[in-house]
Amino acid sequence: MTSFWSAWISVIILGSIFGCWWLLFATRKSQTTDSETENTMGHAFDGIEEYDNPLPKWWFYMFISTIVFALGYLAAYPGLGSYKGFLGWTSHNQWEREVESAEAKFGPLFKELAAKPITELAKDEKALKIGQRLFANNCAVCHGSSAKGAIGFPNLTDNDWLYGGTPEKIKETILGGRNGGMPAKGLNPAMSNSELNDVVNYVLSFSGRAEDQEAAKRGGEMFATACAACHGADAKGNQDIGAPNLTDNTWLYGGTPSRIKQTIEYGRAGVMPSHQALLGEEKVHILASYVYSLSHK
Amino acid sequence: MSTVNNQTTYNYKVVRQFAIMTVVWGIVGMAVGVLIACQLVWPQLNFDTAWFSFGRLRPLHTNAVIFAFGGSALFATSYYVVQRTCQARLFSDALASFTFWGWQAIIVAAAITLPLGFTSTKEYAELEWPIDIAITIVWVTYAIVFFGTIVQRKTKHIYVANWFYGAFIITIAILHLGNNLAVPVTMWKSYSVYAGTIDAMVQWWYGHNAVGFFLTAGFLGMMYYFVPKQAGRPVYSYRLSIVHFWALISLYVWAGAHHLHYSALPDWAQSAGMVMSLVLLAPSWGGMINGMMTLSGAWHKLRTDPILRFLVVSLSFYGMSTFEGPMMSIKTVNALSHNTDWTVGHVHSGALGWVAMISIGAIYHLIPKLFGLREMYSTSLINAHFWLATIGTVLYIAAMWVNGIMQGLMWRAVNEDGTLTYSFVEALEASHAGYLVRAIGGAVFLSGMLVMAFNVWMTVRQQDAKVLDNVPQAA
Repeated sequence: MTSFWSAWISVIILGSIFGCWWLLFATRKSQTTDSETENTMGHAFDGIEEYDNPLPKWWFYMFISTIVFALGYLAAYPGLGSYKGFLGWTSHNQWEREVESAEAKFGPLFKELAAKPITELAKDEKALKIGQRLFANNCAVCHGSSAKGAIGFPNLTDNDWLYGGTPEKIKETILGGRNGGMPAKGLNPAMSNSELNDVVNYVLSFSGRAEDQEAAKRGGEMFATACAACHGADAKGNQDIGAPNLTDNTWLYGGTPSRIKQTIEYGRAGVMPSHQALLGEEKVHILASYVYSLSHK
Repeated sequence: MSTVNNQTTYNYKVVRQFAIMTVVWGIVGMAVGVLIACQLVWPQLNFDTAWFSFGRLRPLHTNAVIFAFGGSALFATSYYVVQRTCQARLFSDALASFTFWGWQAIIVAAAITLPLGFTSTKEYAELEWPIDIAITIVWVTYAIVFFGTIVQRKTKHIYVANWFYGAFIITIAILHLGNNLAVPVTMWKSYSVYAGTIDAMVQWWYGHNAVGFFLTAGFLGMMYYFVPKQAGRPVYSYRLSIVHFWALISLYVWAGAHHLHYSALPDWAQSAGMVMSLVLLAPSWGGMINGMMTLSGAWHKLRTDPILRFLVVSLSFYGMSTFEGPMMSIKTVNALSHNTDWTVGHVHSGALGWVAMISIGAIYHLIPKLFGLREMYSTSLINAHFWLATIGTVLYIAAMWVNGIMQGLMWRAVNEDGTLTYSFVEALEASHAGYLVRAIGGAVFLSGMLVMAFNVWMTVRQQDAKVLDNVPQAA
């Protein structure tokens, strides 16, 4: 903040407060009586008169005391432009102190648990309880409080994994996040509408639901050029890049013909945010053990 | 005091129009409020359509109750009060009529565009740029009519009610223009010229002063006429009105930053917002004291006059919410209350308890006078309305206090291992009962408005009801 703005802010803040102060004392000084009387101001508006009563004393002192408090607060805390306040408080250093004391208090517990392997923690009741609470507050918004997911958000209880279900892979997913990108019409942006319907039929045929066998057959050829690079020639997907298995009748974005068509026609973009900065590795380790436990009872 | 010109008549037509629409929009706005309150109890009440979704109807509710109901009440009473206390007819009948039809057109435009999803996303300023321009034009016209009438007054001084109405009209114009500066992209989409934290600060500078000037200063203007008039007593203290007026309008503009505690807003602005909100306690209470003490010597009238009861209870709620507000602006209290239902309860103790009740009292005072009658069709129905309104308000705010404090405590509860004890959904589930009580409270309040509509309808249909412009009364 430049010194001009700092001075500007200080002047109008103090000006407003001292203006009230002045108004209070000037009004009190000009009072004609010290107690309530029947004297009016001598004018009337549509029959309404006004008494010339003094300011109520308790109200006057209440006003003064809030002003005194305000001035004291502005001396102690930042408020008057770039003046820092004599306590040296900032919202940032308050936050740092709170994080520090939380680390000191809870850090050892997490450190101890994070030293154990995920498969072991997945059977540790205490760790699972913590993991469940972390999940409820950080993951449930998308994956649901029962972790069964929703359209666009994977079910974490079915042991069907986009990026792999080993303890290490689960931790990697939570820690670094994932960006799942399915381009519109796969690798063939020129795909026509009828070709698109063919591919839909082909994809439906994996779960025995093709509406048109001829179309499904034609769709297979298109699949080989536009889709197989990611989903594999056998359509069983590729966990290295998060390409879903299309043959297991588990559908991230819904498995109805119209949903599948929408997915192919417009593509999909799924984001799992990174939790490294948000939770830190130790908490993610415990969280991963909870997620792992959901499909390894 | 001054000579009465018996030739002068007042323009009561526009007052009548706004007074009737106050009742109509009150019912509409509150009915939408009850619907969205029910949606929070039974989410399927959005009928799986975008148009009925909470996110679109909530701004419709807030705009309808603040600007349609509250706005019509302010137009009606300010046009009435400025004429009677200045002993002058409105500056221009044509311009006054334009403000009525213009304001109604804007309300209808809001009722169409908000459910369709057109929004600038600024709270209490959601309307898109073409409507914002229309508001500006109507508002400037309003200012011309109001201040033009003040200029033509036949009294020497300007009555205190008009100071408050005047401050409200000027400040709302500035706030509206400042906050709605935007770059139009299409007919129904614009983007704010401010970015990030500055946008948030400008928004809450506007947002809190929509409360401070629209919902407080304007209604204090109403209070300063209808309370002494209905009580038949002089205003308690002229000096107090001077001090609290100037302190209120100079401090309120600072308070918006308390909506952004513990945010990216710089620390200095948060502190300034907090201390100004605290200092605001006394000026706010100045208005309450002046209204309450005006009744001293007339307390017995409360037994027989339900209109006066509306006015007095509105002042009690005003006093309560202007104590609660400064308290919630203290950062440590705000850390608990922010984003919880406590805030919603606080707003409604002001909106239902203060704004709606004083407007209802003023309209009951006005309607017979505007139609050349001695009194409303039924005083006992006014009394019934009074109890419905009071019970509805108390249910509403009590439910939100309980919910709000519970949510604040659940969100911050921490286990021995440092993890949060409750997930958000658990706090939401725990709020369900409070939401039900809130919906019931709102429905009770709304039922009172329906009683009012019936009473008003029966009043204006009486045989001797006349729609004449009245002759001014000697001062």
